[in-house]
This record gives sequence, structure tokens and C-alpha cells, in this order.
Amino acid sequence: MSSTLSRQPVGSIARQRRIALFWRLVLLAVVIVYALFPVIWIFSASINPANSIASQKLIPNNASLQNYYDLLASERHPYIQWMVNSLRISTVTSVLGVMLTTLAAYAFSRFRFRGRRSLLQTILLIQVFPNFLNMVALFLLLRQLGQYELTQWLGLDTHGGLILVYLGGVLGVNTWLMKGFFDSIPRDLDESAMIDGASPWQSFWYVILPLTRPILVIVGLLSFIGSYSEFLLARVILQSPEKYTLAVGLSLFIRGEFTQRWGQFAAGALIGAVPIVIIFLALQRYLVSGLTAGAVKG
Amino acid sequence: MSTKVSELGGASAPLSSFTSNLIPFVLRLAGLALIDAFSLMYMLPRLYNDGIWYLAAAIAIVTVIINVVFLVDDLYPLRWISPGLALMILLVIYPVFFTFYTAFTNYGDGHLLTKPQALQIITRELYLPEGTGTFKWTVFRSPEGDLALWLEPTSEGGTALFVPQDGEPVDVSGEPPESYQGYERLERRDIIPLLNQLSDMKFGVAPDQFKISSPSTAAQFQRRYVYDPEQDVIVDQVSGKVYRPVEGTFTADDGDQLRPGYQVVIGLKNFQRLVTSPALRGPFIQVFIWTILFAFFSVLTTFALGLFLAIAFNAPDMPMRKLSRSILLIPYAIPAFISVPIWVGMLNPHLGVISTNLEALFGWSPAWFADPTWAKIGIILVNLWLGFPYMFLITTGALQAVPQDMYEAADIDGATAWAKFWYLTLPMLLFSVGPLLVASFAFNFNNFVIIDLYNEGGPPISGTPTPAGHTDILVSYTYRLAFASGRGADLGYAAAITMAIFLILAIIVFIQFRYTNMLEEASENV
Repeated sequence: MSSTLSRQPVGSIARQRRIALFWRLVLLAVVIVYALFPVIWIFSASINPANSIASQKLIPNNASLQNYYDLLASERHPYIQWMVNSLRISTVTSVLGVMLTTLAAYAFSRFRFRGRRSLLQTILLIQVFPNFLNMVALFLLLRQLGQYELTQWLGLDTHGGLILVYLGGVLGVNTWLMKGFFDSIPRDLDESAMIDGASPWQSFWYVILPLTRPILVIVGLLSFIGSYSEFLLARVILQSPEKYTLAVGLSLFIRGEFTQRWGQFAAGALIGAVPIVIIFLALQRYLVSGLTAGAVKG
Repeated sequence: MSTKVSELGGASAPLSSFTSNLIPFVLRLAGLALIDAFSLMYMLPRLYNDGIWYLAAAIAIVTVIINVVFLVDDLYPLRWISPGLALMILLVIYPVFFTFYTAFTNYGDGHLLTKPQALQIITRELYLPEGTGTFKWTVFRSPEGDLALWLEPTSEGGTALFVPQDGEPVDVSGEPPESYQGYERLERRDIIPLLNQLSDMKFGVAPDQFKISSPSTAAQFQRRYVYDPEQDVIVDQVSGKVYRPVEGTFTADDGDQLRPGYQVVIGLKNFQRLVTSPALRGPFIQVFIWTILFAFFSVLTTFALGLFLAIAFNAPDMPMRKLSRSILLIPYAIPAFISVPIWVGMLNPHLGVISTNLEALFGWSPAWFADPTWAKIGIILVNLWLGFPYMFLITTGALQAVPQDMYEAADIDGATAWAKFWYLTLPMLLFSVGPLLVASFAFNFNNFVIIDLYNEGGPPISGTPTPAGHTDILVSYTYRLAFASGRGADLGYAAAITMAIFLILAIIVFIQFRYTNMLEEASENV
């Protein structure tokens, strides 16, 4: 476990411990610098009025919020619009996605029916083939939908179409997770509700949902992060800059004179990362236990 | 289950059972009627008309499933699943089949449409026949300034027509009157200033369009290309040439082709090209190998660093464990579409902070983007930063599950720290985090974001007909083939490569399921 320890000459255990701890702290400091340096550097760039990548210093002269003003006022890069688009698409996707998944997971958890096992396994299998691999097929599907009046709002270059495509993949990712949570709620609860005359829908709505609300929020937030960070499908489907999500919009910066607009990019990167990092750190406990539960399940 | 439930509900509320059963039933039927009307009466005819039979079939199947599920009481549980399932069938399963189909077609630039769509466009072209079917014309003008023609046939037996600028022709008879439907007749002298404008104008709506062909005569446009469904040929009405379909393009005997072409099944040709054409095979193999190497080294480096840190920090006397874990989580929390460009900026040759510092220290810095090898190393390094926190988290969790008494036993046997790590910790860890490593491999196998944002797959591989780059992985190569190359989209070929990705993923899944017995375990749990 402590490989540094055994190579030390024999001494008192306490002294060895202190030395080991010292080296661990040194290592920790190095790793923290490694993990945070890009963040600090980009923050420094964002408050550096020079805007250019050349001659950037860690602590800028004349620090100001000029880059933030310029970014938000930029006509060429409608940053606020992108942010709004991203937030809207991700919110709609996660809310609808949680609804679809909750319904499905409830059925899988509470009903016994023929084909249940194979359906569950199919859903599990399908998520191995992420649907962005079918980008060509999805592109053509939306192009076709865009040709008809009633489905125009689901066509290419529409947020409706992008959300539709995201929703297609939502069942695979979360059904298992959610079903696991539902399974952990004793069946006696909803069965007694049903004996009292509640329909399955009522027992789902009044008994199960209130108990699982925190879990629904977590699943919703995870799916929010997922669609907020999605890049490939958004890039294929959205074509006009005012419809872009943040992921597609920010990528415009590196295609142009990146080094000349470094400060503005930095400001945009920071603003864009903040909501996700906050959600992430807030969910850390669930995230870690979820990941490690998977890890030790073996 | 379901029937039992409704019996229970009915028994406890006998009075209201009629209405409480009826209203949902009516609502259900109304909902189904709405879905059916939309799908069967609106979508299907249109899709069929456009020749998109495969999408029509998918929508028809989903509609049938929804109907059956909502009408048959035994399928009650599936009603809960059906909304998500319908979306999954339309947007995941159907696209897989469609990709499969596309791999066997010539789908791509010049062959983007279906045959009916291509025919619609080809036969839209009109021409102005000379001599026959001509008219004597008189001009009318509305108060708004819109023009119209009064056409009298020059030959016997024809009917006279009144044709507004953008309206349907109307049958009329006799000499042009002073005014007609609000339009005033123009005298010859009023027409002279309009002559230039008139000679460029088309009257009527396609295909019934008319044009002035001389100061005294006008003529009706005719379709230039007429499709004969019996013989499946197109005949050019001007030259009399016959065009026959050849691999998705109507082609005349002299090699002349009609645009646009349309998609047809060309069998295994896309796969043949992949395997036999040296210009395609070379880059494909190169991209393929790099995809595997990239995924492998990404997993290896992130796991190695994550594990090292997890072991180093997994001591009870370690201060600030929670805080340091939160800080180490930050690289993982920042979306890759933000952090990759940050690294691209920091690595920027001559200007970025990393390059300038390397130059200051060693007088040299790698060509992070222009040199194929350094670009690959750069991508692995950036991905290390993005991925090590995840590995740190999962290995920290797994380490706590390794039983301590095994280490005590090893200590008694006098094992060195290295031996304990190599023969105890690592095997135990691999056993528990193995499936996650495979999943991470699969994830990186398709990690488009980092490849595309780092350098758009570049630097390009020179001398290939397809847009492949040295750091392209299969999925970014597919993307470039389909959407992003200046050389035209080659969707059939892109789909063939997607099939290759599917195949490899299927193998990975197989390994993973064997590894974890996930399916068996899953079925025990359900």
C-alpha cells in the first residue's frame, strides 16, 4: 500500500509515517496544480484585457472584465443565445427524458409480464451502440421530417429535432439505473395502496414518485449534463449559428483566429463550465457512490 | 397483474366504476385515433410518395405496436414503456437498420435523393417548343400592376386562355375585352415600354406556363423530360434521346447523364472499395490502428495515474481527503468541449503557455499539431488530464473493498510492497474495475469531441481520395466522410465504416458480458 515506506531504512514507525505523509502531501500539491492549472490559466486569460494568447501572464496587468463584456456583446458570436439554447435544450431533454424513463422503469420494476427480461436486456445492449454513430441516418431522418408541414419543427436545424434525437437514446441510459432505485422501495407500499383501491397509476403518482423524487432530480441532472456536453449530433443537426448550442458555438472559436480571441474564448469557457461544475460537485456524493458501486459490484 | 389490479379497483368503487372506466377508455381511443390519423393519413402517404419506404415502414411498425399495446389489456405494462420504446425504435433501432442498408447503396453526393424525388426534379424542367401550339397575345394589367396575358390560339380548335402572372390559367373565349376580372387591357403603345420586361416573364404556374416568344406570338412550355414508367426510361422531348437507369443515374447511350441521380443498392461495392482500393485501404487501416491505440493508451494512462494517486492518497492519516477529492474531480467535471480547446490554446506552438515554457527551458517544443506523432502524443496527454479523475474515483472505491486481512497475510509471508501491489492489489482491482475499464475503452473508441476539437483529425494523411487525418479515429473519419469534407459526401462508404465500428463494439460488448456475466447477473436481479 505504501510503497515509499518500505524502502526507507528501518526507523521508528511514527517517523516513517511522517515521511510518507510528507511525500504524499508533496504529491497532492503537484497533482492539484496539474488539475487546476488549466482552469487558473484560463481564468487569468479571461481577465486579461489583451485578449491575445501571446504574452499572457499568470497575473495580468490591468485586470478587467473587458473580455466578458466583449463576448456578451459580440455580434459574430451570439454567446448568450448559445447559452440559452443549451440550457433550454438540456432542460427539455432531461425533463422529458426523466418522464419517459420513470414510466418505463416503474413498469419494469412493478409488473411481471412476458418479454420483460428480454426487453430489459435489449435496452441494456442497445446503449452500447451510442446513437451518434448513426449520425448519417439521423441526419437524413430529420431532413425528411423537415419537409412536411406538421413535422417541420422536428427537421434539421431545429431544436425540436435535436431534442427528439437525444430522447431516442435516453431510455437505454437511465432505465436500469431508475429501475434499481424503484426496486429498492418495498413493494408493500404500493401494494397496500392498491388494496386501498388505488390504480397502478395512482400508486405510482402518489406513493412511488414522492419517495423517489431526489433520485429523479439526480437522474435529471445527469441527463442535463449529458445533453449540455453533447457535441457531435448538435454539430450535425444545427446549421445556423443562432441555433447553435454552446458546445458547437464555442468550437467556432478554435476554427477562426483562436489566438487573437483567446481572452473572449476564456471568458466564454468559464461561464459555460460553471453550471456544470457546480452540478457536478453538488452531486459528487451520488456520483462517487454510484461509480464505486458499479466498480465493486464485479 | 394488470387485470387483477383493475378488478380490485372496480370492487372498491362499484358506483363510479362505469364512468371511471369509460372516461380513460374514451381518452385512450381518442389518443390512438390522433396518432393513427397523423401517422397513417399524414406521414405514410407523403413518405411513400417520396420513395422513403424504409422510414414509412418504421413509422408503420411503431404505429401498429402502439395500437396493439393500448388496445390489448394483457399488454397493459407495456403501455408504460411504449413512449420511450417508440422513440427508441424510431431513433436508435431504425437508424441502425438504415445505416446497414445505406452501407449497400451508393448514397452520397449526386445520389442523395430517392428515385421518385429525382424524377420529380428531372421532369420539372420545361422548354419552349417552336411552331406548334402558339398563341396570339394581348396584355392586361391590374390596378396593382400585375400583368396577365389573353391568349388566342393561332391554330384551329384550341381554346383561348387568360393567364395571370402567377396564377392558374382560366379558359375564356372570343376577342380580348376592355377589362377582365379587374384587369385592364393595355393598348399596343402602352406595351412598348414593357416589352423588355414581358419577354423575360413567365405566366401561369408550372407546369402550365406560358412565355412570349415573338412580338406577336406566345407559346406554352412543355415538359422536356418525360418519364415512361412501363419501360423505366426518360425520353428527352427535344432531342428524342432515351435515358436508361444505370447505377442510380439516368444515362443515355452516348454517356450523357441526367442530374440528380438517386440511391440504389450497389451490393458490396462499398466494402469492396474498403478492402481492395489501395488508396482507401491504406488510410482506413491507419485510422483503424490509431483508434485502437488511442483508446488503449487513453485507458492505460488514465488508469495508471488514477490508480497511483488512489494508492498514494488512500491512507487514513491523509488530511483534507474530501477537499482534495473535490479538487481532483474538477477536470472531470468540466465538459470536454470546453477543456479540450483550453488545452489546444495552451499547447499552441510558439504562443501557448506550454510551448513557450518548453522553448524557454529547452529551446525546443514539439509540433503539437503539425507532426503526426506529436499530435497523437498531445491527444493522449490531454485525454489523460480529462480522464484521470474518473479512474482515481473508481479505483479509490475499489481499493476500499480489497480485504485488509489479505495484506496482513502477505506481510506475514514477507512480501515486498511491490509484490503486494503486483500480486494482490492489481489483480483484485482489475477484477472489480475491469468492466469499467472496458467501458472506458469503448467510450474512447468513439471519443469524437477530443479528436475533432484538438486538430480536426489532422494533420491530414496526404495522397488519399478520402479526407483522412493522422489523428482521425473511426467515428471522426465517418463524420468527415459524411459531412465535413470539401470533396463531397460519401454516405454509403461512411455507413460501411460505421458497420465496422458496430462490429468492433459488438466484440467489446461480448468480452464485457463474458467478463462480468452482466446479463446473467441482470436476469437474476430482475
